[in-house]
Formats: sequence, C-alpha cells, structure tokens
Amino acid sequence: MPTKKIPVGAHYGWQDWLAQRVTAIIMVLFSIVIIGFFMIKGGANYGDWKELFRSQLFRILALLFFLSVYYHAWIGIKDVLMDYIKPAGLRISLQVLVLLLLLACSIWSVTIIWGT
Amino acid sequence: MKFIIERYDPDQDQKPYFKEYDIQLEPSDRMLLDALIRIKSIDDTLALRRSCREGICGSDAMNINGKNGLACITKIVDLKEPVKLRPLPGLPIIRDLIVDMTQFFKQYHSIKPFVINNDPPPEKERLQSPEERLELDGLYECILCACCSTSCPSFWWNPDKFVGPAGLLAAYRFIADSRDQAVNERLDNLEDPYRLFRCHTIMNCVDVCPKGLNPSLAIGKIKEMMVRRGV
Repeated sequence: MPTKKIPVGAHYGWQDWLAQRVTAIIMVLFSIVIIGFFMIKGGANYGDWKELFRSQLFRILALLFFLSVYYHAWIGIKDVLMDYIKPAGLRISLQVLVLLLLLACSIWSVTIIWGT
Repeated sequence: MKFIIERYDPDQDQKPYFKEYDIQLEPSDRMLLDALIRIKSIDDTLALRRSCREGICGSDAMNINGKNGLACITKIVDLKEPVKLRPLPGLPIIRDLIVDMTQFFKQYHSIKPFVINNDPPPEKERLQSPEERLELDGLYECILCACCSTSCPSFWWNPDKFVGPAGLLAAYRFIADSRDQAVNERLDNLEDPYRLFRCHTIMNCVDVCPKGLNPSLAIGKIKEMMVRRGV
C-alpha cells in the first residue's frame, strides 16, 4: 500500500463530460426519428419494424444509437461508483464488471440488428 | 414559538439529540437569529456562531427546516412551526450548531484564492476596464458561509477530493479576473474527475445560496473552458 495521502489531479474528466452530452444528443435525435416515423405511419406493427430495419443505413444508425446508450451509461455508472464506493479495489472491480456487461450488450445489439 | 434544535456536546453526549424550546418572542425579534439569541438568554448552554447579524460575515449558517441558510437574514414570519434547526450537514459537529469548517476551507485554499500576476506592480493599481470588472459580478460576493458546499451530496461523499461549489465559484472568480495570469495553472489544477467533475449539476448550491449566487453556472463555465482548451 502506498502512503495514505489523498492525491488528486488525474488530468482527465472533460472528455467524459463532453461525451456524455454528445451521446445524449445522439439519443434524442434518434428517438425523434423513430417517434416521427411511427407518428407518420400511425402505429407500429411487426411489418413496419421489419421494413424499417431492411435499410442498411438505418441499421447503422440504430447501432450508433445503442452504442451511445452504452457509452452514456458507462460514464454515468462510473460516476456513481466514484461517488459512493470508497475502496479503490472494489471500485475498479465493479467498473470492470459494468464495462464487460456493456461490451456484451454492444455485441448482442449487433447480432440483433443484423440478425434475421 | 416552537423550536426544535439539534444539541450535541461531545464531552457529555453519546450522540446528537433534539431539544424543544417554546419561547415567547418580542415584537423586535424579526430574524431567526433574534429568536436564537432569545433562546440563548434562557438556555445559555446552546452554542452557535454569529457575528455581523446582517448576512455579511457568514458565521450563522445552519440547516433551517431542512434547508441551509443564514439565521440572521431568515425572517421568522416565513418559517413553518416548529422550526427545526440543525448544524450544517456533512461537516463534523464541534458543539450544537457549530461545525468544524476545516475541510471546507482546505478546499477553498486549494484553488489559490488570490490574483496571481508576475508583472511588476504598477505605481498605483492594476486597472480593469468596466467590462472586465463586470465579469466578476456574481462571483466576488461569496461570503464563504458554506451553505452551498454543505448542501451538495458530492461534497458530503468526497469532501477531501471534491472542491465543492464555494471553492469552484471562487476558482472561477480568479480564472475570470483580467488581472490574473494563471488561468492555465488553475485549469490544470481543476482538471480532475474528483476535484471538478464530481459536480453533476443538481444545483442544490444555487437553491440555498443566501447571497443569490450561482455556483453551478460558474462550474459550467470552467468545464466549458476546459473543453475549449482541449478540443
């Protein structure tokens, strides 16, 4: 164990802060597109969803949306863990766990979007 | 009028407890501090800090009916009975309504709350244009009463690492000062996930500031400067 002094000055932070805002904007825009699409359609059934995801462009947009959700969630949960979990060892374990979970979600999203 | 006041004397009490007071106020008792001084005239064991009694010194900050504020500028007529008074949350209690502000001032001092300017001092003074001076409005008025920092959950959980709203408001006061030459050092000092970015903009600080200041806005400007510097 190093000394008990509490150092600060990790020289990062604004990148996460900015990324959280950028991903939030992406999520809002995609939600507007989706809601708008179904408003015009006047409802959503299986056929409409199938139709929508036939387009390769839309699949990529959907993936961007999901990756934004996961990255946004990563920053948010990491912040919560940094707020409340004091022991650094436990904190990093939980962070790794969350990161792996979100990574798994990302891969799963790809398989869903490009699945049949 | 009924008051419920948190009492704690570490020499005698195991833990803090609440004591009720039912007192007859005089017509001259207009502010909460007047009522507290009247209570103290009945029960002189009650300990509290106060000095200027007009919202300038920041000594009598306390938690009034669940919200931090200054007793001396809180009108009695605006208070719901019974008035529940507690010491500022999140700081160690020295006795009754008096808290240990060491951690608060440590964070304040960590941002170097003074103008840093290496130019030889001019004969009279370092001048500012009216526009440059205007930038300091809403920043320099802070009286360091600690109402904001002790209402901030991020400061409660990490008072040793997070500068807190009062310290960050002061930091921006010097970042924005045209006479200060250490803007980069100041941003370097704050560029840290704990020192600055524990602020999640919940704006408790804005809600409680007895001087009507906006630490959230100042913190937002520091973050914006960091982004502008980094992208």
